[in-house]
Amino acid sequence: MGNGKRETRNPTPASERWFERFPFPVSLFPHSSFRPQTFDRGVHPAGCKSTAGTPIRRLPYAPRLLLPLAQHIGKPAVPLVRPGQEVVRGQPIARADGFMSVPLHAPATGVVEAVELRPSARGPWTETIVLRVFEAATQEVLWAEPRDMDELTPSGIVRAVQDTGMVGLGGAAFPSHAKLTVPKDKPIHTLVVNGCECEPYLTCDHRLMLELTDDLVRGIGYALRAVGAERAVIGVEDNKLDAVAAIRSRLPAGGAVTVQAVPTKYPQGAEKMLIKSLLGLEVPAGGLPSQLGVVVNNVGTLAMLGRLLPAGEGLTERVVTLTGPGIRRPGDYWVPLGTPMRYVLEWAGALTPGPLCPSGCSPGGRGELEVILGGPMMGQAVASLDVPVTKGVSGILVLEARQIARDAPRRSYPCIKCGACVGACPMGLNPAMLGLLAARREYDAMGGEYHLGDCFECGCCTYVCPSGIPLVQQFRVAKGVLRERAAA
Amino acid sequence: MPHASPRIELRTSPHVQSGRTVEQIMRNVVLALLPICAFSVWQFGLSVAALILTVTAACLATERFFNWMSGEPGTLSDWSATITGLLLALTLPPSFPLWMGAVAGFAAIALGKALFGGLGYNVFNPALVGRAFVQAAFPVSISTWVPAYVPGRFSEFIPTSFGVPLMLPPDLGRWVSQHMVDGYTGATPLARWKFENQVAGAEELLAGMATASVGETSALLILACGLYLAVRRFLDWRIPAAVLGSALLLALVFHLVDPGRYPPPYFVLLSGGLVLGAVFMATDTATSPVTPRGVWIYGAVIGTVTVMIRYFGGLTEGVMYAILLGNALTPLIDQYTQPRVFGAPRRKAPEGKA
Ligand code: SF4
Ligand code: SF4
Repeated sequence: MGNGKRETRNPTPASERWFERFPFPVSLFPHSSFRPQTFDRGVHPAGCKSTAGTPIRRLPYAPRLLLPLAQHIGKPAVPLVRPGQEVVRGQPIARADGFMSVPLHAPATGVVEAVELRPSARGPWTETIVLRVFEAATQEVLWAEPRDMDELTPSGIVRAVQDTGMVGLGGAAFPSHAKLTVPKDKPIHTLVVNGCECEPYLTCDHRLMLELTDDLVRGIGYALRAVGAERAVIGVEDNKLDAVAAIRSRLPAGGAVTVQAVPTKYPQGAEKMLIKSLLGLEVPAGGLPSQLGVVVNNVGTLAMLGRLLPAGEGLTERVVTLTGPGIRRPGDYWVPLGTPMRYVLEWAGALTPGPLCPSGCSPGGRGELEVILGGPMMGQAVASLDVPVTKGVSGILVLEARQIARDAPRRSYPCIKCGACVGACPMGLNPAMLGLLAARREYDAMGGEYHLGDCFECGCCTYVCPSGIPLVQQFRVAKGVLRERAAA
Repeated sequence: MPHASPRIELRTSPHVQSGRTVEQIMRNVVLALLPICAFSVWQFGLSVAALILTVTAACLATERFFNWMSGEPGTLSDWSATITGLLLALTLPPSFPLWMGAVAGFAAIALGKALFGGLGYNVFNPALVGRAFVQAAFPVSISTWVPAYVPGRFSEFIPTSFGVPLMLPPDLGRWVSQHMVDGYTGATPLARWKFENQVAGAEELLAGMATASVGETSALLILACGLYLAVRRFLDWRIPAAVLGSALLLALVFHLVDPGRYPPPYFVLLSGGLVLGAVFMATDTATSPVTPRGVWIYGAVIGTVTVMIRYFGGLTEGVMYAILLGNALTPLIDQYTQPRVFGAPRRKAPEGKA
C-alpha cells in the first residue's frame, strides 16, 4: 500500500472552496449565499447541549462491572478468564474470534465472579463477564505494552488497532480495524473525520476534541497511514467553532489534514451526509463510502486510538454524556466499560427518590423515566437498568415523564399529506407514501419502488410529522418482514 | 443497594419531536381565516355573519354525526371541519339563503370527507365539494349577487337569507334598488368582463369594492393572511406561488397577443376566487401533492386551467373546477414526481407503472 499515488477521483478539498477564504465564521450568515455546501433537507432539533462547557470528569468504579462479550458488530469475543481469576486493569480478558471481532480488556482490577447470561441493552440475554472490583482499585492502567508506532506497516497498524479492542465510538460499534482495512481494488484517498455530533444533547465528542486534541491529531495520522490516504478532512458542525479553532491550532504543517465547519443540521453526522457536505460527493444508493475512495471515522474513535496505540493499552473506558432533564448532575464522564446503568444513574442523581408519596403509587417518587442510550433521535431506550455501559454507548439521556408528555403529540392523526416528512428525509425518500404502504402492509412496494432499503432510520420524518405517526417504527417492522421474506 | 426502581418508559426512536401538531396547523389556518370573515361581515352585514355561522355549524354538526356513527372519538378538536365551514361560507354569495348554506355544509363534510374516511383520506377539498354540490342544486341562488356596503347592512338582513325550502325566494331586485345607488348590475367583475367586456380597475378589486362571493373580495387581505401562514410555515407557499404565477404568465401572454380581447393580467389575478382558492383551498394538505416537484406542477395545472376556463369555457369562474381537477390529479402527480433518492443517478427514467 503506497501513499499518494492514487489516480482515483479526487475532488477539490472542501477547505479550498472560495467561501473558506473569508475570515469570519460561516455561521454568522446561516441563511445567506455564503452558506457552505451541505446535504439537502434534514431537520433542526433544539441542541440542548448544556454540558458542552464542563470538562470531562471521572465516574468512580461500580462494585461490579458487567462486560458482555458482544459489544461490537461481528463475532463475540472468546473469554480468556475463569471465574475466581484475578485480573488487573487493562489486562485482556477475552480475545477476538477471527477478523470481525475485537478483544476485551479488564476495565478495573478485581476478580472475575462469573461468566454468565445477563440482560443486554438490545433485550436478549448475552454471555457476560461479571467482574467484582477490588475496593480502592485505582483507575491507573496496569497492563500495557508501549509500542513504537513509527515502525509499524499499515497492516501492522491495523493489527495494533484490533488489539486495542477499539470499535466505532459514535454508536455503531463497528470494529475499527475492519474499517481501516482497505480492500486491494478500492484504494482510499480521503479520510473523513466525523466531529459533527449532530444528535441533540450529546457533547462527548465536543469535549474530546477540546481536551484530547493532540491525541486526535495523532490518531488521524495513524489512520491515514493505515488506509494509505493522502489527506484527511475533519468535519465539525458550526455550533462547535471552539473545537474547530482548537484542532486548527494543532494541525501538522503540510496541509494534509484540514478541519472544516459544516452547517449544524441533523443528520450531518451520518456518513453519507457528511461526505456530501465536505466533498460534494454522493455515495451511490446502496453503496459504501469506500466506493468513492473515502472512509469515515469518528473523532472519538481516532482520539482514543491516538491515546491507546502508542501506549499499547486496551479500551477500558470511554467518554459518555450523561444528560437530560431527568439527570441532576449532567456532564461528560469517563465511564469504565461495564458500569451498570443503575449505578450511573444513581450517581448522577437520576434515581434519587423524591419526597415519599403516601399512597406509594410511584416508588421513585418522580414519575416515569425514559432512559436512552445514545441521542434522542436514534438512541435506544432501555427496558432494564441492569444493562451496562458498553463500547458503543455515547450518551445516556434521561427524559422524565413530564418531558415525554410535552414532546409527544397529544394524539395521533391520520396522515394529512402535508409533505413535511418528504421535505425532511435526507435520503430523498417519500416517508408519507412509505407510511401509507406500511399501513396497508404492502411491504414489497415499500422495498422496491419506494426504496425502503435506503432508509437509515435517522428519525427526521417522525420528528417533523404533525400527525404523530410512528413512521420509523413502521419502517423497522417493514424491513424486518422484508428481511425474513428474503431469507425464506 | 436494592433500590426502588422508578418506572421506565420504553419508546422507540426518535424520542423527541418537533412539537408541531395537526391541531396547531389547523388552528392557525382558522385564525388566518377570521380576518377575512370579519372583513366580509363588515362589507355585507348581518346576513353574511349569519351565513358563516350557519355553514360552519352545519359542518361541525355533520362531522360530529359521522364521529358518532362510526363510534370514533370526536374529531372536532382538530379544527379541520371548522376550516371547511369557514372556507365554504367564503365561497358563497352574501345573499345565499341560510338553509341552502346548511345543505352545503352537510354536503361538504358528508360527501367530501366522511365518505372517503375522514381527515387525510379525502381526495377532494371538502369545501369545494360542498360548493360544487350547491352550485348544481341551487344554480339561481348561487349566482345572485348583492352589492357591498349597502347602507343599513348591520340593521337588517338581506331578504333572501331567510328564504325557506320550496318557497319562491323574495324579490331581491327590489331590495337592492331600494338600498342602492344607481348603476348596479348585479354581475361580478368576471361576468361583466365576459359578457360586457368591461374590465374592473385594480383598486376596486384590491379593496373589495366588487360584487362577489363573501370572501373573494379583498385580494390584499387574503394575501396578507396567507403570508402569515406561509411565514409560520403552516402553509406551503409554493402552491399559491405556482397557481398565481402560472395564471399571471398565461394571462400576460394572452393579453400581449390580443389586448382588445383579453384583459390585463392583474384583472385575472385579482378577480373572482383565484387568490382565495390559491391561498386557502389549493393548499389543503390532504388533497395536494407531497413531493416538491409535484407541488409546482399541481399549482401550475390549477392556474392554467383556471385561465382556460375563464377565457374559453362557458363559465365565468373556473377556480373551483380547476382545483378539483388538481385534486383529482394529485395521486398521479405524486407518483411521477418521486424525489430523487440520495445517491441515485441524477437523470433516471420515471419509475412506476407507466
Ligand atoms: S409528515 Fe406525517 S402527516 Fe405529513 S405527509 Fe408525512 S406522514 Fe403524512
Ligand atoms: S428515517 Fe428513513 S425515511 Fe425517515 S427521514 Fe430518515 S432516512 Fe428518511
